[in-house]
Amino acid sequence: MKYAFYPGCSLESSASEYRISTEAIASALDIELVEIPNWICCGSTPAHMSHELLSLTLPAYNLVLAMNVGTEGVAVSCASCYNRLKQANHAMQDPIKRGKVAEALGEIYDGTVPVKHMLEIVSEIGAKRNLKDLVRVDLSDIKVAPYYGCLLVRPPDVTNFDDPEDPQIMDRLVEVLGAQVVKYNFKVECCGAALAFPQVEIVKKLSGQILLDAKESGADIVIVACPLCHSNLDLRQRDIEKYLGIDLEIPVLYFTQLMGLAFGLSPRELGLEKHLISPDSVLKRIGIKV
Amino acid sequence: MARIGVFVCWCGSNIASTVDVKAVAKAAASFPGVAHATDYKYMCSDPGQNLIRETIESEHLTGLVVAACSPRMHEPTFRRLALETGMNPYLVEMANIREHCSWVHEDKGEATAKAIETVRMLVEKVKRNSPLEEIRVPVTKKALVIGGGVAGIQAGLDIVTAGIPVIMVERSPSIGGHMAQLDETFPTLDCSQCILTPKMVELSQHRLVTLHTFSEIDEVSGFVGNFKVKIRKKARTVDHDKCTGCGICMEKCPAKVSSEFDRGLSDRKAIYVPFPQAIPNKPVIDRSSCIWFTKGRCGVCKKLCPAEAIDFEEKDVIVEEQVGAIVVATGYDLIDRGLYGEYGHGKIKDVIDGLQFERMLSASGPTGGKIVRPSDGATPKTVVFVQCVGSRDDSKGIPYCSRICCMYTAKHAMLYKHRVKDGKAYIFYIDVRAGGKGYEEFVKRAVDEDRVVYLRGRVSRIFEKNGTVFVKGSDTLSGQQVEIRADLVVLATAVTSSHGSRELAQRLRIGFDQYGFFTEAHPKLRPVETTTPGIYLAGACQAPKDIPDTVSQASAAASKVIGLLSSDELIREPLVARVDEKVCIACFMCESTCPYGAIEHVTWKDPETRKEKEVARVNPGICEGCGACLPVCRPKALDLMGFSDEQIYGEINALSDLVKVIHDE
Repeated sequence: MKYAFYPGCSLESSASEYRISTEAIASALDIELVEIPNWICCGSTPAHMSHELLSLTLPAYNLVLAMNVGTEGVAVSCASCYNRLKQANHAMQDPIKRGKVAEALGEIYDGTVPVKHMLEIVSEIGAKRNLKDLVRVDLSDIKVAPYYGCLLVRPPDVTNFDDPEDPQIMDRLVEVLGAQVVKYNFKVECCGAALAFPQVEIVKKLSGQILLDAKESGADIVIVACPLCHSNLDLRQRDIEKYLGIDLEIPVLYFTQLMGLAFGLSPRELGLEKHLISPDSVLKRIGIKV
Repeated sequence: MARIGVFVCWCGSNIASTVDVKAVAKAAASFPGVAHATDYKYMCSDPGQNLIRETIESEHLTGLVVAACSPRMHEPTFRRLALETGMNPYLVEMANIREHCSWVHEDKGEATAKAIETVRMLVEKVKRNSPLEEIRVPVTKKALVIGGGVAGIQAGLDIVTAGIPVIMVERSPSIGGHMAQLDETFPTLDCSQCILTPKMVELSQHRLVTLHTFSEIDEVSGFVGNFKVKIRKKARTVDHDKCTGCGICMEKCPAKVSSEFDRGLSDRKAIYVPFPQAIPNKPVIDRSSCIWFTKGRCGVCKKLCPAEAIDFEEKDVIVEEQVGAIVVATGYDLIDRGLYGEYGHGKIKDVIDGLQFERMLSASGPTGGKIVRPSDGATPKTVVFVQCVGSRDDSKGIPYCSRICCMYTAKHAMLYKHRVKDGKAYIFYIDVRAGGKGYEEFVKRAVDEDRVVYLRGRVSRIFEKNGTVFVKGSDTLSGQQVEIRADLVVLATAVTSSHGSRELAQRLRIGFDQYGFFTEAHPKLRPVETTTPGIYLAGACQAPKDIPDTVSQASAAASKVIGLLSSDELIREPLVARVDEKVCIACFMCESTCPYGAIEHVTWKDPETRKEKEVARVNPGICEGCGACLPVCRPKALDLMGFSDEQIYGEINALSDLVKVIHDE
């Protein structure tokens, strides 16, 4: 199984551990990820907030590059990149937008390159073979709150990802890995996203309620599939604790890192030392020396 | 020699702004056979009609072409006019230069040229028209009512008042519909059961009513005045002739499932009567939950029944009925619980829908009229009502307003405050739509007297934490986000078409919209008729409606039925297929093609040779004039009156010059 891999900017920098762990589980699952040569930024929030044509042309440019890699489609780890690439494909159904993007690109892109989030790829593999066979470490003591955020599930007619209000794809994965799934109320509530820069108070409030509800529902860790969600929940957790006036101390892992742990990979192979909220207490419970 | 009159209508500016009507009249005057051609601002108006009337007489016209709107609009007008002057109405043709021309084109030159060609074709057609006589068919003086809710009950009662027998078919085991589930009704707070059950009894006991409950419509054939209906009486597994309704079977039945009538707030048995006032008040067995049918054992009801009424072997029975008219009154459903994952309906016990709350309010309901939290039975001190759950929400595929929720939510909040004096009631709303007699006053009463708090805004999420339900929403009037800790949340879920409505519409050959509601023939002027003659609509099957509107429409539909069935015969358009017996070779290919079953076998005696032979005959009462039989008739014995080969070829040949021009270009 071979995919054109679109890492996106975050995985190059603040979320490098997401990239390391994505590549680690990809090789464990025999997924060949071929990085798209000369890929550029997807445009992210700044592009789609300011210039529609730019916000479609940037992802379309990357998808055209991906076509040349010649694979089953594009694999994405970042939820925001995923959303932008899907948005571009969706917009290409509109002949007027398709025409404008073609003019900007200098070639016609028809929006047909399949875009898949790593969660979807893992879930497809899980439907064909039993991922339990790969599990080496007993996670049954760990209670995990899967946090999906906004960009994977919304807007549903664009991403067509899972139930937009109660997605299950990560919940099922946690079960297969042998850990306990925590049911809580905020798995698709917004974390505050890029408001971390202009309006950090909002992020403290929104991310705070997610972490608090997960904690009160018994979660030991939260897992995410988005670099921005991760930085809000992990990087700002100390600020949030001050804002709420309580100790949260809840490690936030990428789902790929939890998979890697279950598959018996070492914390270093998964970049677990990069988090601000240390997962050491959890690692100890599953018998990993730290 | 034909003397055709051509009358070109401006339709104000509708036609005249895009088509040069004077040029059309001038061109038409030169067509062979046209004795007179003129134009006028509104041909359908009184002076316009007078102009035609006078010209028919002064010019001794033998046929008319009115170049105006679609024949669906005004063909009857001008045919009636011809009849008044003594001209056969089928010598009138409409040239549609509005819907097919002026409304869809922009270039005046091209539109005018098209209008001239359209008139040319119709002139050639009308020259070949022959006078036709209307067809008279006998009428079956009996009506079918589909659906036994308040709409069907009202229509049925009104129809039998005129002495016309009614056959009522109801899908569930009892008549009564949704209205039987309600507690008190807005805006007068009169008890729903108290006003409905006497009507249910009156209908069921009427000598002219045949009631088929637990039955569905399998097949409908025929046409207005003469429908044939196949009704599937589903196996009840209980012989109602023997059953005394003693109820011992229901008491002892060990199989419990959740009650549809109480919307899951209570359980019923596999052998059950939906509610105590049901009609008929005798049980049926729900085979999907009965242990005998699912596991092949038990049979407790059969052992205990003193009347030996249980029959496990009973099968569905098909009953055939003939009726002259049909009233469709199949009601509504509510949206699927899964549609609003963010509100937790179906997951959080203390989040219920309006109809569940209605059952809770009902004195004969699962809580005996006490308002309680389903999770722990406690009296809720704070209740949040959410309006427009689904309704007016494009993203959920329901852009329309459900019309009843503003009023019943005000009623719910009011009744809650009456029963829980120290309770708090909040209502989230988008707009309060209280257009109806006494409605606005009712809502005002809820606010002023019962101190219900209205919050203008949408709810974003409902979730549960430690037994408390949190409702997060916005209050757009104060511009704030609000979070209310509620003991109970009541969702005003959107009204949808009844399940199976599309399939029923296809069986009846009536129209339905993208939401599955049946379409009326005209939204303003024919609101209770369908486009299929003889089939009428009543109640929420057409669009969401409250009880007063439903009952009004039901009575209107009944009066249409009574009007239709008041004469002994029906008059039909003579635009039907006809067999030339001399040419017919009795192959009956037409019979297998006809979708309406209009072809009959008859013996025919040739008046010249005096020899008899078998031929096909078209029953003009059944034929719909679709023309499907024509192309399969090998000897060309069939022709369609009003659309004969000669007429159609006349129209096509009229265009041949134009076709040549296009070719040459």
